[in-house]
Amino acid sequence: MNIDHLSPYILTFVTFVPLAGALLLVLLPRRDRDIRIFSLVISLLTFALSLHLPVHFHRPQQGFQFEIDNVWITSLNIHYHMGIDGISMWLVVLTTFLTPLCVLISWKSVHDRVKEFFILLLVLETALIGVFTSLDLFLFYFFWEATLIPMALLIGVFGHERKVYAAVKFFMYTMIASVFMLAAILWLYAQTHSFDFVIIRDQIAHGAIPNFPAAAQWLFLGFFLAFAVKVPLFPFHTWLPDAHVEAPTAGSVLLAGVLLKMGTYGMLRFNLGLFPEQSRQNAWWIMILALIGIIYGALVAMVQPNMKKLIAYSSVSHLGFVVLGIFSFTQSGLNGAMFVMLAHGVSTGALFMLAGILHERRHTYEISEFGGLAAPMPVYAASYLFIVLASVGLPLLNGFVGEFLVLSGAFQAKAIYGILGATGVIWSAVYLLWMFQRVFYGKVTHPVNNSLRDLLGFEKAAVWPCAVAALFMGVAPILWLSAIDPAVQAALTSIPQVVSKVVGQ
Amino acid sequence: MTTIPALILQTIPQGVDYVRILPEIVLSVFGIAIMLLDPVVDEEKSQKTLGLIAFVGTVAALISTWGMAQSPGLAFSNTIRIDSFSIFFTFLVIAIAAVVILSSFEYMAVQRIRAGEYYALILFGVVGMALMSSAIELVLIFIGLEISSISTYILAGFRRNEAASSEASLKYFLLGSFATAFFLYGVALMFGATGSTNIDIIAQRLQSGPVEMLVFAAMALMFVGLGFKVAAAPFHVWTPDVYEGAPAPVVGFMSTAPKAAAFAVLLRVVFAINAPGRFWFLWVAAALSMTLGNVGALVQNNVKRLLAYSSIAHAGYLLVAFAMTTPQDSATGISAAMFYTAAYAAMNVGAFAVVSHFANAGERYVSLEDYEGLGRSSPLLAATLTIFLLSLIGIPMTGGFFAKFYVFSAALRANLIWLTLIGVANSAVGAYYYLRIIVVMYMREARTEVPVTRVPMGLGVALAISVIATIYLGILPNRVLQIAQHSAQDLLPQQAAGASNTAQNPPAAALPGQ
Repeated sequence: MNIDHLSPYILTFVTFVPLAGALLLVLLPRRDRDIRIFSLVISLLTFALSLHLPVHFHRPQQGFQFEIDNVWITSLNIHYHMGIDGISMWLVVLTTFLTPLCVLISWKSVHDRVKEFFILLLVLETALIGVFTSLDLFLFYFFWEATLIPMALLIGVFGHERKVYAAVKFFMYTMIASVFMLAAILWLYAQTHSFDFVIIRDQIAHGAIPNFPAAAQWLFLGFFLAFAVKVPLFPFHTWLPDAHVEAPTAGSVLLAGVLLKMGTYGMLRFNLGLFPEQSRQNAWWIMILALIGIIYGALVAMVQPNMKKLIAYSSVSHLGFVVLGIFSFTQSGLNGAMFVMLAHGVSTGALFMLAGILHERRHTYEISEFGGLAAPMPVYAASYLFIVLASVGLPLLNGFVGEFLVLSGAFQAKAIYGILGATGVIWSAVYLLWMFQRVFYGKVTHPVNNSLRDLLGFEKAAVWPCAVAALFMGVAPILWLSAIDPAVQAALTSIPQVVSKVVGQ
Repeated sequence: MTTIPALILQTIPQGVDYVRILPEIVLSVFGIAIMLLDPVVDEEKSQKTLGLIAFVGTVAALISTWGMAQSPGLAFSNTIRIDSFSIFFTFLVIAIAAVVILSSFEYMAVQRIRAGEYYALILFGVVGMALMSSAIELVLIFIGLEISSISTYILAGFRRNEAASSEASLKYFLLGSFATAFFLYGVALMFGATGSTNIDIIAQRLQSGPVEMLVFAAMALMFVGLGFKVAAAPFHVWTPDVYEGAPAPVVGFMSTAPKAAAFAVLLRVVFAINAPGRFWFLWVAAALSMTLGNVGALVQNNVKRLLAYSSIAHAGYLLVAFAMTTPQDSATGISAAMFYTAAYAAMNVGAFAVVSHFANAGERYVSLEDYEGLGRSSPLLAATLTIFLLSLIGIPMTGGFFAKFYVFSAALRANLIWLTLIGVANSAVGAYYYLRIIVVMYMREARTEVPVTRVPMGLGVALAISVIATIYLGILPNRVLQIAQHSAQDLLPQQAAGASNTAQNPPAAALPGQ
C-alpha cells in the first residue's frame, strides 16, 4: 500500500486521461493508423489506471473511498467532489473495460472521419466515468449532460441510414427528461445551499429542510424521469431501438453497456439515497413498469426480424430486471441489480460487437439474410453461442448470478413480482436461442454467406475478453459482490425504518 | 455662504472626472480620427487600415477602463458613477466591439462596403453604450441610449444596395424611435412624480414617501422602451426582420452590445430604484420572451432569423433574473443577470462571426441547407460554431450552461418555481433548433456548391477569443462570478441598508450630500 499517496488523485486521473488523450488527438495529423493505435493506447492506459481501484479498494468499508473534495466555484459552494463505493467502482471499471474493445471493434469498420470518431469516443469515456465518480450534484449533472453530445454525434455522423432521426430523437428524449432533474437539483440547492450529495442526503435524513415534505414527491419524480428515460423504463423506451439500430457498433456497445446504466445507477444512488420514503411509496408502480418492460421487451424482441433491434429490445427486458431488483429494497435484489448491470454490460456489449462484425461482412442485420453460418464461420459461431448462453442466464456464466439474485429479492418483496419476473428468463432463452438457431444452424440459405470470413485477429481481441469476463463473473461472483454488498447494505440500512416496512410486507 | 462665481467654479468638472469617462474619450478620439482619415487614405487599403485603427482604439479603451477602475466614484455633478457594476458593463461592451471589429475586416472587403463610417459608427455606438452603463442620471442614460441606437440604425442599413438591409434599417429606426420616445416619456413622468431624474434621489424619494400612481406609469413606459432595446416579448416583433436584413457582423454586434447596455440600464432602473409593482410585469415578460422566442425559432430556415428568435428567448432567460423582490434575492438576481449577459455576448458574437464569414458575398449562404456538409468541408469552423451552439443550448462546459444554471438557481432560491419550470422546459425545446444546425453541418452531405474560403487572421483571432471566453466562463466561472456579485452589492446597498437591517455589508460609500 505504498502508493497510497496516489489515492486522492486516482479518480481524477482515471476520469480525465481519456479527455487528455482526445485533446492530444486533435493535434495529431490525420494518419488513420496512428490515430487508432494512439486511441487504443490511451484507452488501455485508462483501463490499467482504473484497475488501481478494485485492487486498493477496502471492501468491508461502507461509504465512499478515494475521495477528493476541492472547492471549484467558491461563491456557489460547488465542489469538485469525487468518490466511489462498491456500486460505482465496478461501473467505472466496466466503462474502462469496454472502451478499448470499442476501439478495437472500430478498427476497420470506421474509415471515414477516423479522427473525429476516436475523439468523440474518448470524450464520451471521460463523461461516462465522471457520471459514476461525481459526488457533487452539479458535477454529476455536468458529466451527465456531457455524455449526450458525443453519443448523439456518434450516432448521427457515423450511423446507418436513419441516423439523423435516431440521433435527434435520442438527444431530445434525454435532454427533455434531464432538465427536470436539473430543476430538482436546483430546488435542493436553494434549500440547502449545497450540491454535495452526502450533505444533502444527511440534511434530508435529519429533516433539516423545512419545505421538503411538500416537495419530496416532485423532486423524486424529477430525478426519476431523467433516469427512467435513460434506462429506458417502459413506456419511455422508444428511443432505444432506433438509437441502437442506427448507431455504429462502438456506439451501441457503449450505449447498451454503460449509458443505460447511468439511469439505473442514478436510481440507486439518488432516488434511493435521497428520497427513501418516496421510493418506498412509489415502488409499486415502478415495479409494475419494470415487469411490463421485462415481458414486453422480451416479447417484442422475439418477433424482431432485425438482429440489432432484437438485442436492443433484450436490453429493455434486462434493464427491467435491474429496476425490479432496485425497487424490491432487499439486499439480494439490490446486489442482483448491480450484478445484472455489470453482466449485461459485458454480454450485451459483446452481442453488439458480434452483430457489428456480421454487418461488416454483409451490410445487413436482417436475420432472414443469414442461416447456417456455423459452417463458414465456426469460431464466430462458437463465440456467439458462448455470449448468448451468458446472456440467457446459464449457470456458471455471468447472467445467471444477477438474475437469480434479483428474482429472489423480488420474491421476498412480493411473490407475484418474482413469478412474473421469472417468466422473463424463459422468454430471453426463447428469443436468443431461436435467433441463434435461425442464424447459425441448418444449411447455408444464401450462397453469398458461404464465403464469409471467420473472426479476424482484432475482432477476437475485442470479443474474447468479454467472454472471459463473462465466465469469471459467473464462476467467482464473490469477487464483485464482496465490494458491492457493503455499499448496498449502506444504501438500505441508512434508513432502517424504511427497510423494515418493506421487508415486513 | 458661497458666492455665485464660486458656485459656477464648482460646476466645472474636476480632472478626476475625466478619468472616469476615459474609455468614452478614447473611443471618441479614435472614432473622429477614423472619420478624418477616411477620405485621405487609399480606397483599396482603407478597409484594413481603418479597421486596424478602430481595433487599436477598442484595445486602448479596454486598457483605459483599467485606469477608470482606479478612481471609482461620482463624476460630472453626480450624473456618472464608476463602480464595479459600471466597469463590468463598460468593459463588456468595448470587448464586444473589439471582437466584432476583428471579425468585420474580411466581411467589409467581401461585401465591398466602404469601411470608414462603419468602424467610426461602431466606436461612437460603444461610447453611448458605455455611458449607459455608468450613468445614474436618467437624462444622460437617454442620451447614451440615443447615441447607441442611432449608430445601430445606420449600421443595420449598411448593405445599402440590398433592399432587405434598407428595410431593416428603416424598420429598426421607426420602431426604435418610438421605443426611445416611450422611455423619454417615462423619464418625464418619473421627474413629475419624484422631482428628480437622478436614480439615487428617485430611490430615496420612493422609499421615504408614499408611491404615487404616476410612478407606476413611469416605470411601465420606461420598461416599454428598454424592453424594445433588449428584444423582450411583447416588444420583440422587429427582431427577426431586422436581424435578417442587417449585415451579419452588425447583427452580432447589435444583438449583444446594445442589449448588454440596455440590460445594465434595466438593472439600475429595476433594482437601484427598487421599482414598485414590477414583479408580474417582469414575470410575464420573461415567460413570454422565452416561449415566443423558442417556438418562433423552431420553424426558421434562415440561420440569421433563427438566431434572432434565439436572442429573444435568451432575453427571456435573462429577465427571469429580474423577477426578484427581496434584497437578498435581488443581489443574486443581479449577479446572475450580469453573468448571463457576459456569457451570452461571448457565444452570440462568436456564432455571428461564423455566420458572417460563411454568408459570403451578398450574404448568399444563410439558409440551413447551405450549412449541409460544413462539418466536412471546413471542420474547424464547424467545430467552432458547434461550441457556440452547444453553449446557446446550455450544455455543460460552456458559459451558456453556467449562466442558465445560475439564473435558474437564483429563481428557485426566490421561490419562483413556475417561472423556473417554464424556463427549463423552454431550454429543452430550444435544444431542438440549435441541434438542427449541428445536424445539417455534420450529418448531411452537401447538396449545393457552397464556396469555402480560408479563415482570415482577424476572424481567426475573433473566434479564438470567443471560444476561449465561452469555455472559460463554463469551466472557471469563479472570477467573473465574484466580480458580478461584488457589483450587485454596489448596485444595491443604498436601499438594502434602508429597507432591511439584515444586509450584511453596510453601504460601502454613502452618497455624498446632494
